[in-house]
Amino acid sequence: MSAREEVLGRIRTALGEHRPVVDVPPVPAPRSLAPAELLDLLAERVEDYRATVLRCAPDEVPATVVRGLDLALGGGWAPADVVVAPGVPAAWRPSGSPEDDGRPAVRLAAFAATLTGVAAAVAETGTLVLDGSPLSGRRALSLLPDVLVCVVEAAQVVPDVPDALGRLDPVAPLTMVSGPSATSDIELQRVEGVHGPRTLVVVLAG
Amino acid sequence: MTTSADPTPLAPGAPRSGTTFLGLPTAPRGVGHLRGTQSFPDAARTSLRDGQLRANLGRATTTIRGKRAAVVAEVPHWEQLRQAGKALKAATMARLDEHLEELERQVTARGGTVHWARDAAEANRIVTELVRATGSDEVVKVKSMATQEIGLNEALEAAGIEAVETDLAELIVQLGEDSPSHILVPAIHKNRSEIREIFRRTIPGVDPGLTDEPRQLAMAARTHLRERFLRARVAVSGANFAVAETGTLAVVESEGNGRMCLTLPQTLVTVMGIEKVVPRWEDLGVFLQLLPRSSTGERMNPYTSLWAGVTPGDGPQDFHLVLLDNGRTAVLADEVGREALHCIRCSACLNVCPVYERAGGHAYGSVYPGPIGAVLSPQLTGVEDNASLPYASSLCGACYDVCPVAIDIPSILVHLRAEHVEAQPRPTAEAVAFRGLSRVMSNPRLWHLAQRAAGLGRFLARGRPTLPAALPPPASAWTRTRDLPTPPGRSFVQQWTEEHRR
Repeated sequence: MSAREEVLGRIRTALGEHRPVVDVPPVPAPRSLAPAELLDLLAERVEDYRATVLRCAPDEVPATVVRGLDLALGGGWAPADVVVAPGVPAAWRPSGSPEDDGRPAVRLAAFAATLTGVAAAVAETGTLVLDGSPLSGRRALSLLPDVLVCVVEAAQVVPDVPDALGRLDPVAPLTMVSGPSATSDIELQRVEGVHGPRTLVVVLAG
Repeated sequence: MTTSADPTPLAPGAPRSGTTFLGLPTAPRGVGHLRGTQSFPDAARTSLRDGQLRANLGRATTTIRGKRAAVVAEVPHWEQLRQAGKALKAATMARLDEHLEELERQVTARGGTVHWARDAAEANRIVTELVRATGSDEVVKVKSMATQEIGLNEALEAAGIEAVETDLAELIVQLGEDSPSHILVPAIHKNRSEIREIFRRTIPGVDPGLTDEPRQLAMAARTHLRERFLRARVAVSGANFAVAETGTLAVVESEGNGRMCLTLPQTLVTVMGIEKVVPRWEDLGVFLQLLPRSSTGERMNPYTSLWAGVTPGDGPQDFHLVLLDNGRTAVLADEVGREALHCIRCSACLNVCPVYERAGGHAYGSVYPGPIGAVLSPQLTGVEDNASLPYASSLCGACYDVCPVAIDIPSILVHLRAEHVEAQPRPTAEAVAFRGLSRVMSNPRLWHLAQRAAGLGRFLARGRPTLPAALPPPASAWTRTRDLPTPPGRSFVQQWTEEHRR
């Protein structure tokens, strides 16, 4: 008997003929928040992870991205140091920044910073969701450079994790990001930045 | 169920009480890390003498209990969420075969390959062959309970393949030639200066001036592993969840080492216990709320990776999913004990357990320590192979209170104790004592006499709250570690009679 047949057979034997019927109670709806409250909550929760949140009007995104890069990289960075996800609108990009050209993933480590959009953002938990689309970029892009700058638009912000899942494609490669890389493995003291980006900047437009 | 060619032992405690014994194979002996070399009391006696260990554990569990309580209190509907999680798990187990078949169809449809493993030995063989086929002699690993359970690192090493743990705590344990002592924070028993010593001793080219500041230690690990990540061609991970209807796998982590392993190598092998499947995509909405708050005490962990099969141009192009039984179906066969399969490995029960806090994880002898380990390990191995674990609890119920999927751990502990007692060819001293007690308690005259006899204890106690004397053997096994309270001056029956006579 193949392992597959045997394991499935064991499950059927274990459960027997009278399988329990279980009612799953409805999952409570997240709290309802006005759009402005949603953005405030997102900003508060992202900052709680010791990430930087810069809020701006939709037409101020380009200048705010530059300000975020100044904060994260110090002055003196060159646009060539910042790699941009291919779907990021031209207006948001620092002029002269290269687009991800599909080079072998490990060579992305040479860049100092990455600029992407997001697929959704969760206010309650301060979570950004990247979905591997051109706007979010492939997974390695938001992983290897030490600084990650994400632009979030107001319409992308949802209250809770279940809302975000409802907007996402379950078969896309998804990454949920809540603050910069962190560890609590040494005496449970949180240290930001182990293997992923050590600095996260969120530009919240709207 | 098993063929004669199958070396896997049957559950030794047959037949089981209250349930029909089905003869389903438990996790085999001689492979993996579910059985300790000592019983819990013997191992605990050693760790209780280690003052450093107790100090490290006490500090860590106090910190994490506080963090968890704060973020759980933020969620007004936490109890409803918890009951939804419990019901979802129970519903999934009731149709486990169908969900696994659906998962296999979906993963295969998205370019992945699904393998089935009856036990640890078979899973190790499958993974070893998959790694060999790539021609690589090293793999990077995402922290995973399933691969620790089956002893995959040792199996790979025996095959000449080096497995590098990339989670900081797992790395500390691996470099220190130690074993993990906590599900979530495997190096919880080490403090910063002990970790610095391990790094200074084992990391080639590490700065000799390395201090014990956690940031410096984390950065040393970053430097040490960076090059390994960038050159790795094969990664091995576990899975926190797998969605049957979409074929989506999920790994929850903090450091980004998981993302490195799940993204950069060409080949990814994921080993997953069969109980980790969830039926629908939306079910993740419940568990992704319950897990981070219960485990690290965060609203959400820094990184959650979700993938389905293979995505051209993004991440591994060769994906294998190994579905592991290793005694899980034997657990499923026990209608009371099967709830242990609901565990989402958050480790909240460890952090609140007074027994774990003092004895430490190594005393449990299994990769699953603490309250959940005390019910899961004996069921996976057969109770007689871990017979002391169901007793490694005060039955205080704190574990049940914090469990995000409301597993009734105390009831399963009692159930397993009964199973162990019934499996004995001769009655234990405890069984004899309780049989005697039951005779006395069911006869009013005997009970009255016994209570009068207990009055003697007051004389012996001379006003102290506990009796100074230990009982003679075999009852001394009980009194060696416990105080006997002084009996009350008047029994309940006496008080009742006096009050109602008026």
